Amino acid sequence: MRLRCTGVGVLILALAACAAAAQTTAPPAFDELLQLLAARRHGHVTFTEVQQLAMLDRPLESSGELLYEAPDRLEKRTLKPKAQTLILEHGVLTARRGHRTYVMELRDYPQVVPFVESIRATLAGDRAALERFFRVQFDGTLGAWTLLLVPVDATLAGAVKDIRIEGERDAVRTVEIRQSDGDRSLLSIGPEVAP
Amino acid sequence: MTRPGAAGLIWALLVIIAAGIAARATYTADLSAFLPRSPSATQRLLIEQLRTGPAARLILVALEGADARTRARLSVQLARELRSDPHFIAVNNGDAASLERDREFLFRHRYLLSETVTPQRFTVAGLHAAIADSLDVLASPEGALLKPLFTRDPTGEMLGILEALGPGRGPRTTQGVWSSRDGARALLIVQTRAAGSDIDAQQAACQAIRRAFGAERGTALLMSGPPVFAVASRAIIKGEVMRLSGVSAALIALLLLSVYRSLPALLLTLVPVASGALAGVACVALGFDAVHGITLGFGITLIGEAVDYSIYLFIQSAAHWRDSVWPTIRLGVLTSICGFAALLPSAFPGLAQLGLYSVTGLVAAALVTRFVLPGWLPRTFAIRDLSALGERLARTVQTLRGVRSALWLVPLLAGAALYVHRGTLWNRELSALNPIPAADQALDEQLRADAGAPDVRYVIVASAPDRESALAAAHTLGALLTPLIDQGVIAGFESPARVLAPLSVQRTRRASLPASSELSARLQEALAGLPVSAARLQPFLLDVERARTAPPLTGADLEGTSLGAAAEGLLVRSAGGWSALLPLFAVASADLSASAVARVRAALAQERSVHAVLLDLQGEADRLYSGYLSEAMQLAIAGFGAIVLLLWVALRSFARVARVVAPLALSVLAVAGLLVALGERLTILHVVGMLLIVAVGSNYALFFDRSSAQPHQGSVPLTLASLLIANTATVLTFGVLACSRVPVLADLGSTVAPGTLLALWFSALLARPPAPPDAAPTGGS
Repeated sequence: MRLRCTGVGVLILALAACAAAAQTTAPPAFDELLQLLAARRHGHVTFTEVQQLAMLDRPLESSGELLYEAPDRLEKRTLKPKAQTLILEHGVLTARRGHRTYVMELRDYPQVVPFVESIRATLAGDRAALERFFRVQFDGTLGAWTLLLVPVDATLAGAVKDIRIEGERDAVRTVEIRQSDGDRSLLSIGPEVAP
Repeated sequence: MTRPGAAGLIWALLVIIAAGIAARATYTADLSAFLPRSPSATQRLLIEQLRTGPAARLILVALEGADARTRARLSVQLARELRSDPHFIAVNNGDAASLERDREFLFRHRYLLSETVTPQRFTVAGLHAAIADSLDVLASPEGALLKPLFTRDPTGEMLGILEALGPGRGPRTTQGVWSSRDGARALLIVQTRAAGSDIDAQQAACQAIRRAFGAERGTALLMSGPPVFAVASRAIIKGEVMRLSGVSAALIALLLLSVYRSLPALLLTLVPVASGALAGVACVALGFDAVHGITLGFGITLIGEAVDYSIYLFIQSAAHWRDSVWPTIRLGVLTSICGFAALLPSAFPGLAQLGLYSVTGLVAAALVTRFVLPGWLPRTFAIRDLSALGERLARTVQTLRGVRSALWLVPLLAGAALYVHRGTLWNRELSALNPIPAADQALDEQLRADAGAPDVRYVIVASAPDRESALAAAHTLGALLTPLIDQGVIAGFESPARVLAPLSVQRTRRASLPASSELSARLQEALAGLPVSAARLQPFLLDVERARTAPPLTGADLEGTSLGAAAEGLLVRSAGGWSALLPLFAVASADLSASAVARVRAALAQERSVHAVLLDLQGEADRLYSGYLSEAMQLAIAGFGAIVLLLWVALRSFARVARVVAPLALSVLAVAGLLVALGERLTILHVVGMLLIVAVGSNYALFFDRSSAQPHQGSVPLTLASLLIANTATVLTFGVLACSRVPVLADLGSTVAPGTLLALWFSALLARPPAPPDAAPTGGS
């Protein structure tokens, strides 16, 4: 089950990319970014995701919608190529595929906790908690920023090499996860979906 | 003095024989006292489960204190030691090595274990669909789990097996080992080799765990589970019986010493009591396989009544002994015997033992008091004169009689209390008799929640003539139950057939696998349109070919995995062959709804080839106990009827019988009303206690009856004094019992102590006023 946990963690991070991250050498812009992201209460956007796996001949592509409610509800609705839904709420991840539902409690998978905690800490402006799990590097300006998160914990570093999040002000644009084996995924956030 | 000498000789001989029998008897404190003597088919299944079922052999171990790293190290150390200990068949602590062994086993044998392995699965269309599904999973959270396996298992058999095996309710992991939800304790789940009913072996197992843990500074070991409770119950009952007997004996000795002011008198008092207890134990040992600890606990109750006989003898002057006191005692003993003999035919061995013990104990005590004790009284025997106390008592009674019309309030108030609480009068749950302290039960609940090991309440028991057909039955049932999971009727179930697939099923699955060249061709075709090339899936072709030619899987292949131990635990040898057990898990709460139970039963009924029963362990146990409770009620009423009949034969007067019976009935009513008014729910032991009120109280009532019927015989004040002291002794004894931590003993004490006190005073108040001693005899018509 351990592998699954890491997978979940990576995914959650990707999902939660609508939110944000932090940095160690805290320039004023980073503090401002945290405040901006924390002020955002909800979001509903489209996404496309491309996953490149070494063992596959071509990348896996999917697309759908992301929904976010502050502070801890996140939903990823994949519409293509096949419908499936992932919901993260109060630390419980629910996956619906076909007519089956899988539920897992993140607390039972400690490897995932840093990922979730990083998001929660960011949204809450809790920098101390964030820096417990990642080395955070902030680049750019508030108008066009990049966060590079490198796991501190050795077990996480084993699966995930680093995570690069790019955005503009309180909007996240891309989340790129690079795994240690060279596989990578890129989640691109599209425009806001009209309510 | 030849007769007393002969009596003494016979007594000594009988004491030696009884002591010999008692010394060689078997004593138990397990649940055998609660198991029926001639069980029905369902009850037999229940008993088998309680005795040998896997749930009865599960110990939850928690390590707390120190830091997580230390706990993890201790957990690994403890698990390693216990795995090499023959007391245990399975030791799980969630360490990576054992999880890896399990996964490795499942993966290696996936084509024999996966339920989705069918001929259809390996057609071009089947392969295409299965691989496409796997690609979907690859892009989702489980993807990371599947990724390293994908080229060997592109159809996702391993995920299917893991999914079927469990809803993943296992404990969480901290520092590489299982831990509680808050991470503050390391957890291990241990299964003992010995049956749950073998308490000596369970005690040895518990000690082995404690020994293996050793004593690391700052850390503590917690244990829970049925074996731990069984061992603790036995220790508690044993300890309580010893402690309470000691305390009541000391209190009574103190009471009698202060009354008699004579050490010889005190020692002589103990002779009938001890003889009665010994006779009781010896008779129970002869009549039953084993003497239950609870029965010994009733030894205390015997002190309460048997001590009365010698009190009457000593206080009411030996001069009147044979003519007047003894006949009254004789009738009292007979009424008690009537009451207790009613318990003898009980199907509840606990009650039957109590009946036999009391009957023989009282007879022995009475006979010793009558025939042995008088011969032993020293010529100079004298105790303090209690006439003054008696006179005072007589005056008090006289005063109180003025307000005896207030007694009408007793049935009214008691009746009202019983009526108000009529819905919650009885406690019909077996747990009412559980001696385990609430704190330990709470710890058990917590550890179970942490371990994701819910208390198993529902088990499907499939019986078959041999092991292989039991597994086949479990497999068939699994196919019936799986749709119920999808429909949300049950959350899941366990089955031994999942990892110990029956040979017939293995053969079918193996036959579904195509030969290598054929599979290769089909795969090429199936991959059209998918982002995978056949060249990448060469490991898949190799693995299928290996599975096609491998020998069938047997129990031996499972050695050393926790899966194997779990599966073996669900497969038990039973009376007529083998049984496969399929524990069910309810959705959301611990209990299945009535409609869910009905749907499971309906599903079982569909399949006529399998003999399977859905067993509700708790419900069945409660039903069993509830049956005992109704039976005890009936027997108690029968005993009461027998007592009234006996009194009628002896007294030959409706008025006198009524005067003897009325105070007893009033006391029982008052105590029942009092208990329910205090929020108590009545158990089987309350019923037995009421029978004891009648048995002990009848002595009081009979003495008052004698005083009014034959006033020239015996001194009224001395009779009163002896009754007061006898009653104080009884109230002390049962009062001590009421303080017990063992519910069985506490229920009894809290019924009998107030009941006998009331019986004495009600008897005094309701008796016909004694005529002056010099007047002519009046009653007795």
